[in-house]
Amino acid sequence: MPFASAARAAGREFISNPVAPMFSPEIVATAVLNGLLTGAVYALVALGLTLVYGVLHIINFAHGALLTAAMFAVLVLKLWLGLDPYVAMVPLVPLFFIIGYALQRFVIGPASHGNDANILLVTLGLSILIENLLLAIFRSDTRTIDVPYAFMSIDLDFALLALPRVIAFGVSVVVAAALWALLALTDTGKAIRAVAKEKLGAALVGIDVAHVYAVTFGLGTACLAVAACLLMPTFYVSPRAGGAFVFVAFTIVVLGGMGSIPGALIGGLFIGVVESLSGLYFGESLGQIGIFAIFIAILLFRPTGLFGARA
Amino acid sequence: MLRVEHVTRRFGGLVAVNDVSLTVAPGRITGLIGPNGAGKTTLFAVIAGFVAPSAGRVLLDDIDVTAEPPHRRAVRGIARTFQVVQPFAGLTVRENIAVGAHLRHRARAEALCRAEAIAAEVGLSAALDEPAAGLTVAGRKRLELARALATEPRLLLLDEVLAGLNPSEIRDMIPVVRGLRDRGITILMVEHVMQAVMALSEHIYVLAEGRLIAEGAPETVARDARVIEAYLGHGAAARLDRARAGHG
Amino acid sequence: MSRVAAYLPIAAVVALAAVVPLVVTSNTVINFLVFTLIVAVAAQGWNLLGGYGGQYSFGHAAFFGTGAYVTALLQTQAGWNPWATVLLGILAGAAVGAVIGFLSFRSGLRGSYFALITLAFAEVFRILANAAGITGGAAGVLIRLDVRPENFQFASRGTFFWVGLAVVAIGLVLTRAIERSRFGAHLVAVRENEDAARALGVDPLRVKLLAITLSAGLTAASGGLYAQYFLFLDAGIAYGAWISVEALVAPIIGGIGTVFGPLVGAVVLQGLGHLTGHLAGEIPGISLVVFGALLILAVAFAPDGATGMAGRLWRRWRRPATPTTTPTATGGERC
Repeated sequence: MPFASAARAAGREFISNPVAPMFSPEIVATAVLNGLLTGAVYALVALGLTLVYGVLHIINFAHGALLTAAMFAVLVLKLWLGLDPYVAMVPLVPLFFIIGYALQRFVIGPASHGNDANILLVTLGLSILIENLLLAIFRSDTRTIDVPYAFMSIDLDFALLALPRVIAFGVSVVVAAALWALLALTDTGKAIRAVAKEKLGAALVGIDVAHVYAVTFGLGTACLAVAACLLMPTFYVSPRAGGAFVFVAFTIVVLGGMGSIPGALIGGLFIGVVESLSGLYFGESLGQIGIFAIFIAILLFRPTGLFGARA
Repeated sequence: MLRVEHVTRRFGGLVAVNDVSLTVAPGRITGLIGPNGAGKTTLFAVIAGFVAPSAGRVLLDDIDVTAEPPHRRAVRGIARTFQVVQPFAGLTVRENIAVGAHLRHRARAEALCRAEAIAAEVGLSAALDEPAAGLTVAGRKRLELARALATEPRLLLLDEVLAGLNPSEIRDMIPVVRGLRDRGITILMVEHVMQAVMALSEHIYVLAEGRLIAEGAPETVARDARVIEAYLGHGAAARLDRARAGHG
Repeated sequence: MSRVAAYLPIAAVVALAAVVPLVVTSNTVINFLVFTLIVAVAAQGWNLLGGYGGQYSFGHAAFFGTGAYVTALLQTQAGWNPWATVLLGILAGAAVGAVIGFLSFRSGLRGSYFALITLAFAEVFRILANAAGITGGAAGVLIRLDVRPENFQFASRGTFFWVGLAVVAIGLVLTRAIERSRFGAHLVAVRENEDAARALGVDPLRVKLLAITLSAGLTAASGGLYAQYFLFLDAGIAYGAWISVEALVAPIIGGIGTVFGPLVGAVVLQGLGHLTGHLAGEIPGISLVVFGALLILAVAFAPDGATGMAGRLWRRWRRPATPTTTPTATGGERC
């Protein structure tokens, strides 16, 4: 995946003998650490996906396109207002919560008439629509933003870690914890869990299911806004950028268990490390295949063991 | 015709069906009754092939069919209805029944013709071209029956075809079931509506908490102390006896 | 419905369409129509599995691309005749369909999971085709221009239109034949309720496997046509998401699970795509924006697609007073 390629390129410089890849422990340790850092952002993207799945029992195919949209929003705020990507979280997280809420409440919900197959098609339609709207507006160039801290790093003696990625890791963990607290401790969280478990029962005790669905979708989308702000200092954006992440996110969600939040976290970190290491040992394009191979293999051969419920 | 031998089915720690053996004689209506959660529907699913038993065998005409999937058993002549009706909601009544008829008739026209005849038999002629989704509960129960019949079964497994019907609908349905038996179809029926099953069945098995607790002719079973206890709770048989003695 | 009555509309539509190249001389228009026919064939393939079988594939590019690459590479690498390689491409596509179908359906994947895994397979194929040497990698594969009918290359675009139309006609007849067969009844039954179908003696795995094999074969034929018409392929064209999207959106907006739905949908889709391109200027992605919006609108407001909507309007127009009582579906048949 592209996000890890910077780390890989950096790693390559140390390769003494490219024919037989035998890497020093330092390089492998750096790859593992970088994988963990990347994995935390993956986990954040996967968290949004798994939350929506756990409550609405749907796979949101528009997740990747929404991530791309959030990344362009970060870009636009930076270019027009000079807003730092981390500061951009302040307006973008609420904004994307509202976008997600509105999409579920006024588009996906009503358009799909409560039919699962329709939800699948509507979110696919949204993904095509958003992605190509971005393409029409921004064209297919890849863009980056300049921040003064992009190349700052933390020296751990044996490994050099890019500062923005360490920040990304820290914020991802905090957001995941906050999300967990929200679900576990607040009334809204209780309502969400009630709807996830037993929609009809929740409706009978007076919970507004359509509202809870929309709130959940909003939370999932807000996770993407956070992820976008964390990614932009080091990553580029193009209309197809989100697509690359979302398949990784699908893989993580399937691996960690559909609807499971701890599963998304552990799965995210795991995939981050796997990707980083396979990139190191097998190179760019085969590393990309690795994600799909894991994804297909899990779906085909370990379905019940790895996720909670199958649709 | 059908023999169930020492069938056990566990779901995790729960034993839904526990060492049950029973026989269904050809050409008769056999009843399977029991309180809620007795394991009737699970046993049915095992017989039809939808659930594999943890132990035990299912034999049709002395052939072991335990390992066969449902569609193979349908070819052998076992048909079932579902307690929770499962219509092909997007299709018409005629098309629904024709799917069953296709088991023995390859040609589309022939299957559609058979569907029409069977609809008449169960009283669905008027609804032939209506979408199955639009039927009433009673209509859907009839559709379940019609589809199963269309496969021209030798053994028909009826899972609560009377449940959810009002008394007059039940009265309409009873002669339909009896008519099938008279046509030579062997029937095993799970039923909650006691009166109906007593009126229809020639032999009854009683299941409680996964175990077979009684069997015999309807009158015998109805008087069996264990059956009364299973249905009405511990001590009920003794109380009934005392009440009878007091009146006598 | 008698046999003649069942196939008459197909004959009429195909005959009418066949006249087009005689009337229309504009190369741009014929070009547009040929491309529409190619998309229609891919959509007909998707419709067999998705429309009749209820299994929504998001990765029909896997079959389209296989058909296209086999058609092209056996010519360029082995020097075989393209008429033969198109047929082999269809077989290869069908085989890929059978394998993907076997793996997925045996594992009980359906709904979102089936959509995801087909998408994943198509992506794997795209990455492999982009990296492999035999496919020409990222540079793509060029079929040598050699305009001779026996070489599946024609001097006039109108001739290619007829070839495409013939394949569409085969798709229409195949779909209608399935609709009127036992296999068709089983396929629809599996779509509606798999458990109920099993109880009635239907083997869902067998039915779905046959459906995906036919579906993949037809979509592979579309890939073969594409290769012969444009004489160029790369991984992004052959295994790209665009064809997965078009193959899926066309039947849904045309009328999912109907004989004419994919063709009508392809015409509507390509027509609107061109129209927006015309109105909005050549903005990249703008036609796909329209496709995405159409998909959502179709699901929301016209679940039976354009053909279904037309049918409803027609009935209302003919009999304004009487409520829409559908005539018996099997009217002509007497028992």
